[in-house]
Amino acid sequence: MSSPDRSGELLTIAERVVAMAEHGEQVEAYVSRALSTDVRVYEGEVEHFVSAQSEGIGIRVIRDGRTGTSYCGTLDPAQIAEVLAEARDNLGYGEPDEWAGLATPDGVDVTPQNLWDDSLESTSTARKIELAKELERLARAGDSRVRVDDSNYSDAFGEAAVATTTGIRVAGRENGCYLSVGTLADDGDETQTGFGFAVGRNTDELDIDKAARDAVDRATRLLGATKPTSRRITVVLDPYVTAQFLGIIGGTLNGESVVKGRSLFAQRLGETVASPLFTLVDDPTNPLAYTATDIDGEGLAARRNTLIDSGTLKTFVQSSYSARRMGVGTTGNGVRGGYGGSPSAGCLALQIAPGQRQQDEIIAGIDDGILIQQVQGLHSGVNPVSGDFSTGAAGLMISKGSVGAPVREFTIASTLQRMLLDIVEVGGDLEWLPMRATGVSLVIHDVTLSGS
Amino acid sequence: MEIDDVSFAPILPRVLAAALSTGADFAEVFASDWRGTGVGLDDGKIEQLSTGRNRGAGIRVVAGETTGFAHTADLSEAGLLAAARVAAEAARQGGGGTRVVALDERPRRVVSPIEIDPSSIGKKAKVDLLRRVDEAARSTGGAITQVSAGYSDGRTHIVIANSDGVLVRDERVRSLLRVSTVANGDTGMQTGFDSLGHTMGFELFDKVSVEEVARTAANRALTKLRARPAPSGSMPVVIKAGSGGVLFHEACGHGLEADLVAKGASVYKGKVGELVASPLVTLVDDGTMTHEWGAIAFDDEGHPSQYNVLIENGVLTDYMWDFLRARKEGRAQSGNGRRQSYKDLPMVRMTNTYVLNGQEEPTDIIKDTKAGVYVAHLGGGSVNTATGDFVFGMTEAYLIENGEITEPLREGNLIGNGPQVLRDIDRLGNDFAMGNPGTCGKDGQGVPVGDGQPTLRVKSLTIGGTAA
Repeated sequence: MSSPDRSGELLTIAERVVAMAEHGEQVEAYVSRALSTDVRVYEGEVEHFVSAQSEGIGIRVIRDGRTGTSYCGTLDPAQIAEVLAEARDNLGYGEPDEWAGLATPDGVDVTPQNLWDDSLESTSTARKIELAKELERLARAGDSRVRVDDSNYSDAFGEAAVATTTGIRVAGRENGCYLSVGTLADDGDETQTGFGFAVGRNTDELDIDKAARDAVDRATRLLGATKPTSRRITVVLDPYVTAQFLGIIGGTLNGESVVKGRSLFAQRLGETVASPLFTLVDDPTNPLAYTATDIDGEGLAARRNTLIDSGTLKTFVQSSYSARRMGVGTTGNGVRGGYGGSPSAGCLALQIAPGQRQQDEIIAGIDDGILIQQVQGLHSGVNPVSGDFSTGAAGLMISKGSVGAPVREFTIASTLQRMLLDIVEVGGDLEWLPMRATGVSLVIHDVTLSGS
Repeated sequence: MEIDDVSFAPILPRVLAAALSTGADFAEVFASDWRGTGVGLDDGKIEQLSTGRNRGAGIRVVAGETTGFAHTADLSEAGLLAAARVAAEAARQGGGGTRVVALDERPRRVVSPIEIDPSSIGKKAKVDLLRRVDEAARSTGGAITQVSAGYSDGRTHIVIANSDGVLVRDERVRSLLRVSTVANGDTGMQTGFDSLGHTMGFELFDKVSVEEVARTAANRALTKLRARPAPSGSMPVVIKAGSGGVLFHEACGHGLEADLVAKGASVYKGKVGELVASPLVTLVDDGTMTHEWGAIAFDDEGHPSQYNVLIENGVLTDYMWDFLRARKEGRAQSGNGRRQSYKDLPMVRMTNTYVLNGQEEPTDIIKDTKAGVYVAHLGGGSVNTATGDFVFGMTEAYLIENGEITEPLREGNLIGNGPQVLRDIDRLGNDFAMGNPGTCGKDGQGVPVGDGQPTLRVKSLTIGGTAA
């Protein structure tokens, strides 16, 4: 079964709005529509089944450097006319900004991506429920100490279109499905938690066994964990933790932060900011990335950008606004948070150039260290402007080349600036994750562990 | 169709009947219409003013242990019936038949009276607030190099109807101001933040000085320019009144939510009646606290908000409850069933969670602390409810040396275990204050919450800094 691509209808709605632009106005209309399903299973029964449908439009109007925006969660034509009128009225309260403006097509070719799979649409409700039940069964069967908190199947079908008076005309659609499971492992009075997930364009791509195995491992490996003693130590970040760390680093390499005086890497282009082992690219054109995309949030072609090359800072990611203000070309990194938000600069698909060795080979060479398998509180303990880094963590001690007892309830701390320079090895165990960054084992020395 | 039209409520019994048509035992319509304004200032300029509207209805159908849910932005009878059928199908029990629902409208209830509806205020007045913020923050010190500020208001009309005959109408108005600053010095950049948010109209800005909020945010950044790295290790921590409510929110609040307790995902399961905290601690969750950020007249299931004592003199007295969990246990709801929007299912959530006053002078608590850390402002936090392990970030903190507050500290996380920290509270002040407005996230949904506490001391917490 093949369903027709109806994102063209959304583009027609967006074009109709743009056609109403008055002389001297730049107008952008972003239109989106989504359908999703969420199934949660608990103890073999469906706990909830959610069927969601949403749509909306966001309009930006720019005149004389002043910007006004408005949005609403319906595509009702009368409401759309009201949204355009509101956006126009709102711009009267903005202050002129000589760099304000919409993206303009820049001739960069789109790298086509396969973001839609027809077969997902024909997946029966019964099959969706069965997948969530199967995942719960597998996780429970994985270890007698493990209970399942919830087991979930979700899918989403999204369509979006952007049109502007500057000549942007794009429409596209994307779908995918997701399985996740939360686990609890009990041992006497103690309980630890874990989770596992699987992502695919269709249900056949979902690696349900790995999701279950990960959830069991994560919950059971921390049983009996103790609080380690405070000291300076070498840490090995598990791929999943590295991906989160890269997300923070990516946030500091942002042209908008630079022009607004909030980047700790401003004025450092061409300088050494990281270990020579460290090369970081943002490449949404790589189809292996879960967040691969053909166009960015402003409707420009997504592209590959090298941010840090063997330790040298090469590029900041740019939206059309920050690029104009810095006097450089855009990097196609406009990111938009749905119809209610305006685009801003952000990384789309970060990838670290992998090294050679697998995690066990790396650990074999470490005398006193700690394998960080979980972090908690990155949002509260890391300041991307000052660079102060402090996070709660859990993992396994490494002693004389092998992993030992589990540890928890401690923090690791340093600064982002130092951590990048203190990278002593990048693993070869590249893992694609459903996040805006890939994972790989990353070894950083001289980090402060605070425990007992 | 507008949800406050007289013709809207008469549709609802028919929608509920359609929702019950597959044999369900409970059905509910939650309809809301939100309109809001947001203004953003950054880099010395009003960047943009944005207005938005989101309205729609979520229909929930419960059959045994299964809940079906569908939502729609189409508030016509046809749109609501279509969503009701989808939700009913999702919860199908194979039954059927017809049930007639008679709705009985509950009396209006006002917890937070509104004097000035923000939508009646011109956009210019909102823009002017931010200009004042920018000026006040920049004039606090020459080292302030960047200021960003956001103003937002929102007004939501809500109609909730369910097959138990409940019909509730409510109106919620919230106003929020956020200020972020950057200070630049020899030691690099530092940031400061402060916010002001209440379930209140535009009169909020007549009652509270926005310049004061701006100066607080600026001073937080300026102070840290001369800060030393936070210590590493375990030590006594004194938390200033109104800045550590998030500790209780994370350390035990989430663990007292009945849905997590029911699944055995809380360290507080089976502990009602037991001493779970220092006898100094009495913790309440209070949706009725007028004008506070988490105040509500009714929860999102149509149950009136309440003052609920969770821990009394250290003894766990009760959990927080929503409709489903209360029904299963055959007990009353506690007014804690909340959801982010009509697109979301309700679950057990906190409102305003706070610790009642103790007896001591806060200055005595500091004086009696030989060496430790004084935390004057906390950022966000998170907890694993099953283990009780939590973290939260210190965004303004100082060393305590020989009973005196001395040098400022750079940022870092605090880490601890909820049940342990509750037992380790050994001093409690008499200077209760509420803290900053918060957004509590759970299962992907954010809801507005408040927290508060008097100055208190935890005899040992782990500070995640870098200094020896």
